[in-house]
Amino acid sequence: WWGLLRGLLLVVLAAGSCQGNSVERKIYIPLNKTAPCVRLLNATHQIGCQSSISGDTGVIHVVEKEEDLNWVLADGPHPPYMILLDGNLFNRRVMLQLKGTSRVSGLAVAVAKPSPPQGFSPGLKCPNDGFGVYSKDYGPQFAHCNKTVWNPVGSGLSYEDFDFPIFLLEDANETQVIKQCYQDHNVPRDGSGPEYPLCAMQLFSHMHAVTSTVTCMRRSSLQSTFSINPEVVCDPLLDYNVWSTLQPINSSGKVDPEKEVIIVATRIDSHSFFWNIAPGAESAVSSFVTHLAAAEALHKVSDVHLLQRNIMFTFFQGETFDYIGSSRMVYDMEKDKFPLRLDNIHSFVELNQVALRNDSILWMHTDPVSRMNESVEVQVRNLLDVLSNSSMGANVTLQEAGYSQPLPPSSFQRFLRARHIPGVVLTDHKTAFQNRYYQSMYDTPENIRMQYPEGLSPEETLEYVTDTAKSLAEVATVVARALYRLAGGANNTSAIQADPKTVSRMLYGFLIKMNNSWFQSIIKPDIKGILGDVPQHYVAVSSPVNTTYLVQYVLANLTGTVVNLTKEECLNPEKTPGSEKEMYEYAWVQGSLDPNSTSRVPYCVRSTVHLSKALSPAFELRQWGSTEYSTWTESRWKEIRARIFLVASKELEIITLVVGIAILIFSLLATYFINAKADVLFSIPRDPGAVAY
Amino acid sequence: AFFWLVSLLLSSLIWFIAVKASNPWDEPLQKGLLIFGVMFSVLLQEAFRFLYYKLLRKAIEGLVALSEDGCSPISIQQMAYVAGVGFGLMSGAFSMINLLADALGPGTVGIHGDSQLYFLTSAFMTMVLIFLHTFWGILFFHGCEHRHWWEIMAVIVMHLAVSGSTFCNPLYVGSLVPSYLLMAAAAAWAYLLSGGSARNLQRFLLCK
Repeated sequence: WWGLLRGLLLVVLAAGSCQGNSVERKIYIPLNKTAPCVRLLNATHQIGCQSSISGDTGVIHVVEKEEDLNWVLADGPHPPYMILLDGNLFNRRVMLQLKGTSRVSGLAVAVAKPSPPQGFSPGLKCPNDGFGVYSKDYGPQFAHCNKTVWNPVGSGLSYEDFDFPIFLLEDANETQVIKQCYQDHNVPRDGSGPEYPLCAMQLFSHMHAVTSTVTCMRRSSLQSTFSINPEVVCDPLLDYNVWSTLQPINSSGKVDPEKEVIIVATRIDSHSFFWNIAPGAESAVSSFVTHLAAAEALHKVSDVHLLQRNIMFTFFQGETFDYIGSSRMVYDMEKDKFPLRLDNIHSFVELNQVALRNDSILWMHTDPVSRMNESVEVQVRNLLDVLSNSSMGANVTLQEAGYSQPLPPSSFQRFLRARHIPGVVLTDHKTAFQNRYYQSMYDTPENIRMQYPEGLSPEETLEYVTDTAKSLAEVATVVARALYRLAGGANNTSAIQADPKTVSRMLYGFLIKMNNSWFQSIIKPDIKGILGDVPQHYVAVSSPVNTTYLVQYVLANLTGTVVNLTKEECLNPEKTPGSEKEMYEYAWVQGSLDPNSTSRVPYCVRSTVHLSKALSPAFELRQWGSTEYSTWTESRWKEIRARIFLVASKELEIITLVVGIAILIFSLLATYFINAKADVLFSIPRDPGAVAY
Repeated sequence: AFFWLVSLLLSSLIWFIAVKASNPWDEPLQKGLLIFGVMFSVLLQEAFRFLYYKLLRKAIEGLVALSEDGCSPISIQQMAYVAGVGFGLMSGAFSMINLLADALGPGTVGIHGDSQLYFLTSAFMTMVLIFLHTFWGILFFHGCEHRHWWEIMAVIVMHLAVSGSTFCNPLYVGSLVPSYLLMAAAAAWAYLLSGGSARNLQRFLLCK
């Protein structure tokens, strides 16, 4: 009997603790549309935020102006406080004040609409310092941004270590619910403190990794080696680089050392203070969309196979975190694991942030230190001249940044570390970034002045050509013409034009809505689940991310050809004769919807688009404390959530407990006495039939 | 306890089917279905109490046959008391356990406007129900034993009244006060039926 009863009680307890039961809904309001700040680690430091293992709780206080902070820091009678911060106050000064006090148990930031007008960048003033080419041995006058501060708005907030959780409230409705709860319960009345019950918030974001990559990778590898159920605490940031060549090359073999290749590069990732929020409009999307348009324009040229030099279009992933993708490609080229070697590279063209041009000027940055060498100087001069000539007739003015300027943070710097290759970086800024929201959540389509007229349906918005698209298409045209000339093309380049419609569709897909009809028609059938979220471009730890997939498939669509193969032949090209499996990649894509039906017409695309692994060489070599290669890792966690509720006063809790204990003691006493005096209380009538003498 | 659990399972099954088969957005209909469900559950619990009485009657005959001196080691009144306590404990456990599990968290009831005293009043209501089930057990079995149908009807009516009064919540005065008064009445009645009297009570209190 006892066992059965115990079993039943356990079932009841389990039923009581499951989610969504009505008592829990009376107590808690969960906050669903939030983004946490997570912990990232590198060789020596940890950055980001941490909460306690069972969440951090605090009384809510809304801070909309600086004076409200005094209540939290000094006056308020119910510490610790959970602050709801207005987005415009989310700056370094306020954050360092909050970091220093123990009266703050967490922070929820409401997105500022519109974006803060003075700019907001939680990135560093000198991005990727120490991992580029400038150091005390090479161009020391340019190292550590001595000459030019690239991101003057940068506060470095993303790279601080906070010991309380910080969440972003993305939904204005939820922010309003919290403010309403605060107005109802927490506002001080008549000068004295507010009374219980008070509105409180609890944030869960416990991170498992501590100290640095060295520590957490050591612990993870110990776990993986010795434990049956390993408990890994951190993961390196990794993904894939996307690369494609104009003339097909054997991707598993080696390219002839005599063959020269021009590399065109852009980055495809971005970052912000909060996890998985990285719209990256100006810092990443503008550049790789331009690059994709230039690739499309070049592939349309009729005599590509006659060009003297090949062109490789490379999209690097992970560049935000100390050049993960480009450092890995350089390492692979040096160690002969990549079809190309560093000797094959003739020149390097990189596109950095190109959407915010002032007066249509596009700046050409070169490395002054390597240009001191005569042979390099000649080639760089040639490169600059070709670029300037290609801009004739287009609405783009190319100007040189000059000898006094170093290179801005770019993937080209990693290639320069290995070899003095002539190269140029094209940007819209001469000294400091034009982008005032670099690496932040405000780097949105509005930042690159993308505007759509009201009342358009999603399909119409997809096809509408914005001014931003036209401007990026002009840059793409100039780049494509210059690349044609550099590759040895002799014909007239006026026919080479980038298509603004394609640029516009790509901008819409990568910045506003990934789940549009064009993207749906160019991806594989079994990965259509990747579309549908708000687009963002964080490198993350599970690969490949949506952005990498989409760049791969868009590039395949724009530069590849449709071939007449069946599904089996397309998925197994090694069995098909004449398919040249090593030179090409075959993909079976969904195709577009028939206008009147719900089925799609899939087809096979042959392209030269390949993926190459973008994991920092530090992890391949197991040098977790490396200062040569990127060592960024992301911590693991179990649950991340947020909720608000009311907290009762300590007095009410004590009263409830004391009343309960008092009733318990009273009932024990009463039972004892009733039992002892049972014969007095109950005179049992003798049942005549039952007694037997 | 097991019998009470089975009765709760069956009545909740009926209510669940009724809810799923009806329109979830129709508020008065859902409230009506809830009231129907509660009343049906009360009747089902009493029916299972009757079934349990029948089972125990058979058990007593078996115990009498097995015993050496022809009388059962447990009297029917003791069985009545134990049955009542079992029903009460199980109903109390079901009422309180999920509340206690949620009370462990940092929050208290109130953000949607409910009363802050939710936990306290739930605890008192559970206590009164456990006592009531105990006394009703004694009354019910006595009524079945001596064929006093009015006692059985009184138990059913009292149970319906107490369960119905909970629909007054959150006006806790409307549910707690009548329930405690009914508990006092049922306690007195059960005490008298178990062989007590006012004189015994006086002697008990004065001897202290």
